[in-house]
Formats: sequence, structure tokens, C-alpha cells
Amino acid sequence: MEGKLVLKGKPIASIVSAGQSKFGKLEGLYAREIFAQAVKEAYERCPSLDPKKDIEALFIGHMGESYEHQGHTAAAAADWAGLLHVPAVRIETACSSSGVALRTAVFAIASGLCDVVMVGGVEKMTHRSTPEVTEFLAMASDFPFEQWHGITFPGLFALMATAHMYRYGTTELQLAHVAVKNHYNGCLNPKAQMQKEITLEQALSSRVIAWPLRLFDCSPITDGASCLILTRPEIAKKYTDTPVHIIGTGQASDTIGLYEREDFTSLKAAKLAAKQAYEMAGLKPEDIDVAEVHDCFTIAEIIAYEDLGFCKPGEGGRLAESGETTLKGRIPINPSGGLKAKGHPVGATGAAQAYEIFLQLTGQADKRQVDDAEIGLTHNVGGSGATATVHIYKRG
Amino acid sequence: MAEQPQNFTIEQFYRYVGQKKLMGGKCLNCGKIHLPPRPLCDKCLSTRFKWVELPQTGILLTYTIIHVAPTQFQGMAPYAVGIVQLENGVRVPGIIRKTSLDSLKVGMKLKVEFEETPTSQMQQWPHWPRYHFVPC
Repeated sequence: MEGKLVLKGKPIASIVSAGQSKFGKLEGLYAREIFAQAVKEAYERCPSLDPKKDIEALFIGHMGESYEHQGHTAAAAADWAGLLHVPAVRIETACSSSGVALRTAVFAIASGLCDVVMVGGVEKMTHRSTPEVTEFLAMASDFPFEQWHGITFPGLFALMATAHMYRYGTTELQLAHVAVKNHYNGCLNPKAQMQKEITLEQALSSRVIAWPLRLFDCSPITDGASCLILTRPEIAKKYTDTPVHIIGTGQASDTIGLYEREDFTSLKAAKLAAKQAYEMAGLKPEDIDVAEVHDCFTIAEIIAYEDLGFCKPGEGGRLAESGETTLKGRIPINPSGGLKAKGHPVGATGAAQAYEIFLQLTGQADKRQVDDAEIGLTHNVGGSGATATVHIYKRG
Repeated sequence: MAEQPQNFTIEQFYRYVGQKKLMGGKCLNCGKIHLPPRPLCDKCLSTRFKWVELPQTGILLTYTIIHVAPTQFQGMAPYAVGIVQLENGVRVPGIIRKTSLDSLKVGMKLKVEFEETPTSQMQQWPHWPRYHFVPC
């Protein structure tokens, strides 16, 4: 699982444009229609792109057929993007689907087979009832031993939270700090689902979903889509003066069942993916200026701090309450509001993280702009950690 | 003698649960005990196994109390689920019953109990009987 390719900052692929639909409750729309909104923004941002002529393939993240009774979604998404007849592939790795779609697109570019490709992500969820969504999301966990025994998706992260609390003394207050920060950032993001600040007291008194996780520890149910245009680094400047280069990529897997893992307080797949990405880029955690991490639950952000090396194992809770991960802190995390406040349309999340880093590194993040952001990172986790992918980006 | 690797299935594990037994597949090459059993040892890639009965007591490694439950479990909520490490080190997730939810503690001793398959479930896949844990 060692990273083999050491690029030391040399780009492997470049993002020349990006788009994201509004995240939230998008009533009356079908997934491919939401995807078209994200695509439209990506096209508008990049007038020198001739989509029908230039784009050679689509890799799209989408998790669930159950929501809309619709499988085989990639071809339809390509058609709705105005790209009829391009090869279109759906990538499904649960909540990391479009992070892995991005990595797959990097492979297509790096192989030399494609010069320009589209990465997408989409999920339409809010038209279903909460118990139904709970059931659909649980499909990302092990059926015979987890779902069959009544373990929900929040339940799996709650099992990690309990283990983290017992081992390191992490507190519910520290979890609440993550929620308060991400809600604050979400208020600065016009595309976020939640645009309301919350207090620590509100977070700590919200109803229990899966103890020790409360409502404000959980990301919401969201509709949304995301889109990136990727090119060979050598031709990126043909499309934009300000590309964002991908300089590190990593991915790993783990057991589908949480119970089979040695350690419940860390995600081994995320640590391995991060190690590969850091090695490829020739960078260290302290070189990262801004990161979007997979805070499907507040505990997941705390574990991400540790797995990505932003603090030592066990110190994630203290880092959360220190204020160092706020917009003005030492290492701003989830300036977009994260999954927690921006929303978590499962299949769209990974590419939406890259969309935020694209905005941050090109100085287009408006009120939530991190000062002098040059190096960014995304951390996208599937299920309870059976898949994880990490990317590192550099301002072009 | 080792049984055929195709016998080391999740289906067969649950048939044993129906007989009030918790069974794992022990690799005859490297000795790893698998729960669930599997046809290919993830440690040494051997396909030779034998069934071994697992200890029915262990300690609670971590737990949660589910308040928002999937449709099928809604009538039970709130309920506790945990991951238990059996005395031989094998880890098993399951529901914890017959205890007040605030008396749960990481490290507490639990034992396995077996449930009958509800007849309502016999018609549809999967008709697996469940086990659960209770305090010792």
C-alpha cells in the first residue's frame, strides 16, 4: 500500500473548471436534472471549453438506486450534460463515490488515453422518509452482521465515538465544537443547505440519534450535484489562467464491517490514502493550507484530524475546541460548511469537496475565503471507512 | 477432515445460530478463526477450514444506543448495540438486551443468547435467526 509515484509537486492532472448545484431540498427534480445544474456552472466558468468537442469521458459518483428507482445512471447523466455518446461510468463506493470518480478520472488522464474528462457526483434523497433514507444509507455497511442486527449508519459512527471517548477522553462538548464551526462556515456559503449559526448549548441539547451522537452531530439528508472538468496539466492553461493542479492522490479499502477492524478510533483506509497522497506530493500535513474533510458525523471530523496528521492520535477533540480549525485558524477545515452544514448528497460529496478547494485555491470563495491558500486537501470516506480517498491540490 | 470450502458460508453460520450455537471457521493452515466464516482465508489464502464452536461470553468493546431506527427495528427503539470481543479474541456485533440502557459500560461482561426465527420472516430472504447479548 506504499505510494509508488513520487511527483514532488509535479501535477498529475488539472482542474480547469467546476460547478455545484445548490445543496438542500430540491423538490420536484430528478437526479440527472440536478446534475445538469452543476454542469451548467462548470461550462459557464470556462468559456474556452467546447464541451461536445473536448470532453472525452464522464466518471460520476452516485450511490443509491433505491431513492429514484433508477440504476444505470451514468449514461443518463452524460446525456443530460449534453455529452451524448461519451463513455460514461458510474462509480459506487458509498459516500466516497465521487472522490473515487475523481481518482478514476485522474487515471484516465495520467494514462494518456484522455486529455479532457468530466467528473460528476449526484444524489437525490429528500423525497424519501427518514426511516427509508436510514435504511438506504445503511446499505453502505455490512448487511449480515451490522444491518441485520439493527445497526444504523449513525450507529456505526456512534460506536467509534464511544470508543474514542473511552480511550482518549473525547467529550460531547468537543463534538459540538465541530458542529458549531461548520454551521458558522455554512452561513458564508450560499450553496449550503444549513445557513444558520448554532450555539454549543443548542448542539448539546438536540435530540439523540444514536448516543452519543445527537441531531447536530449528523449531516443532513440532502439533494445535490457536483461537477469538475479535468485536463492533462500541459493543456490546462488553454482553458483557464488559474487551474488547480492535483499533485497527490491516494485510496485504500478496509473490512466492510466495522467490528472486524483492530481499532475503532481511527480509519486505517484514510490513513493509508493520506500517506500515499502526501508521499506522491512530497508534502507533510503542516504544508496544507486548507482542507475539506468527511464530517458525515462530528466524530468523523475529529478522527480525520488525527488520520490526516493535523494532530496526534487522541488529540482531535482538543484541536476541535482550540479554534485552530476555524476560518482564521492555523489549519482551516471545512470552510464550505462541510457535510454537516453544506449538506451531504452522498454521491456528490467527494467532487463537491474538490469544488470547494478549487474555489479556495483560485481566490473565489468570497466570504469564506482562506487567506493565501495555495495547497489544499480533500478527504472522502465511504461507509464506515471501508473506502477512503485523499487528494492534494496546488494553485496553478 | 476439512470440509469443502463452499460450506463455510454466512448462511451456514446462521443455521448454527438456529441450533443455538455460535460457530466460526478455523483456518487449518494458519489457525485464524473467521467470523463470519469465509471460503478463502484473508490472512494466508488457504481454503481449508474446520468449524469450531466459539465461546459464548466476552467483553463489550464499544456501544451505542440507537434512537432513530430503520423501519424494521422502529418498535424496539431506543435499543443498545455493541461490539463484543469473545474470550478467544473474535469480535461480534449485536443487540444488547435485558439491561438498563444507562448501566452499559465498555469492558462489561456479556454472554450470547439465541432467538427463534419469527415465523413472519420464514417466507422471505433472509430467514436468519438472530443472536443477541445480555449481561453475565
